[in-house]
Amino acid sequence: MFFQDIGQAVLLFCRALRQWPAVWRERQKVWEQLHEIGNASLFMACLLAFFIGGVLALQTGPVMSDRGVSNFIGGMVGLAMCKELGPVMMAVLISGRIGSAMAAEIGSMQVYQEIDALRTMNIDPVRYLVLPRLVAIVVGLPLLVLFAVVVGWMGGALVCMSNPEINLTYNGYMNSLSNMVRVGDVANGLIKSIAFAVVIGVVSCHQGLNTIGGPRGVGRSVTKAVVNSIVMILMLDYVLTRLMIRL
Amino acid sequence: MKSAPTSNGGGVPVVIRGLHKSLAGQPVLCGVDLAIEPGEIFVIMGPSGSGKSVLLRHIIGLTSPDAGEVLIGGESIQSPSVRDRIRMAMVFQSGALLNSLTVAENVGLYLREHALLPPAQIDARVAEKLAAVGLTGQEDKLPGELSGGMKKRVAIARALVVEPQLLLYDEPTSELDPMMAATVSREIVALQRRLHVTSIIVSHDRDLAFGIAHRLAIIREGRILCVGTPEAVRALPDAGVREFLDANFKHA
Repeated sequence: MFFQDIGQAVLLFCRALRQWPAVWRERQKVWEQLHEIGNASLFMACLLAFFIGGVLALQTGPVMSDRGVSNFIGGMVGLAMCKELGPVMMAVLISGRIGSAMAAEIGSMQVYQEIDALRTMNIDPVRYLVLPRLVAIVVGLPLLVLFAVVVGWMGGALVCMSNPEINLTYNGYMNSLSNMVRVGDVANGLIKSIAFAVVIGVVSCHQGLNTIGGPRGVGRSVTKAVVNSIVMILMLDYVLTRLMIRL
Repeated sequence: MKSAPTSNGGGVPVVIRGLHKSLAGQPVLCGVDLAIEPGEIFVIMGPSGSGKSVLLRHIIGLTSPDAGEVLIGGESIQSPSVRDRIRMAMVFQSGALLNSLTVAENVGLYLREHALLPPAQIDARVAEKLAAVGLTGQEDKLPGELSGGMKKRVAIARALVVEPQLLLYDEPTSELDPMMAATVSREIVALQRRLHVTSIIVSHDRDLAFGIAHRLAIIREGRILCVGTPEAVRALPDAGVREFLDANFKHA
């Protein structure tokens, strides 16, 4: 069932790609979706990232300080945030907040025959519903990740400065970070986040379009959208890490 | 910009041949054959669960048959080009309005999405169609703020905007009060006279069926029991037909 869903989601992605020339025409809907993503998630993303950065510093800082390598703490937090935790945690957050909303909205439209109505008017639901959501999440998630990475770095810095067991200055932390983190590392995370955005958008829209039954069916679609997205994000994360580790 | 629908060029014939459909292992349509003339008002009647709405979904191409075919203007409804060639619309039982759009946006959706008219002319066309169904002044409301009957009338206005050659109605008078049901019935007839649109109506409203149909069919358990003019069907002695037509609230 899971692999059947993946196959159908890939076909949906191909259909959405074929509608690519219509993006400019659908710009208003893309903008509305982008607003939805930013408005709903920016604060939560920053909050989450701040504490992830802080916890990373808190867990590793004292151990590294004890061994005399505290000048690597900033770099370690920086790399972990931009290459791994930023993209993955933001993707999980967005699949829960935005992916579930996409599946619920499209699923309700399916249940209440709104999508049938679009078809009778010769309006392709993939162009009308899927394309704007997909474009918006592909643009929106990397931007959120960028914010989250910077805020996560700041969270790590604050913990390092304020924790006496670590006792690292802000300049020391940032020097370590800037020595170890390269632009390519940030780009690495952004590439991952684009791939995760495609997964969330396609899987959520696919589950919405395949909703059957009443409100219970919508609930099932939302659950499947979130669970399938997270499973695929974690699997894809490993594959992308393996591919990009050599770059 | 494509040309706006001003005249529909007349109704189209609909031919249904050997239509079979099973849902979850249960046969719903068992070899349905019908031929509907261009510009005809054709009513499909039958008890609940007889396959009326499933038949309608096959005619508009929302469901694919297990066997058989539906030809609209001589072309299969499953053909990708048929919707570009022939304008079709359907009034859903629930209205099926897009809940995130206002009444005016719902009614103008077809024109806007196909870029058929400039925005000002779309607004004028929408106002005209809303006036035709008695909903002037409701343009900015959301579907959630409307009653069931008002939703149905907005759905009819949305279908009228298309200036269709084939117009399908799923229970058009359900949820309407008798006066509005009569208004909708008159609108269906007026539309047919003005545009010669082929109208296929699924209903179990006997007043509607015998009042406006040129011909009607009675379907039961996925099979067509009879087809004919209202007078001919009313005179049929067939027990299955009589049971449906003579059912009433009186005690036995």
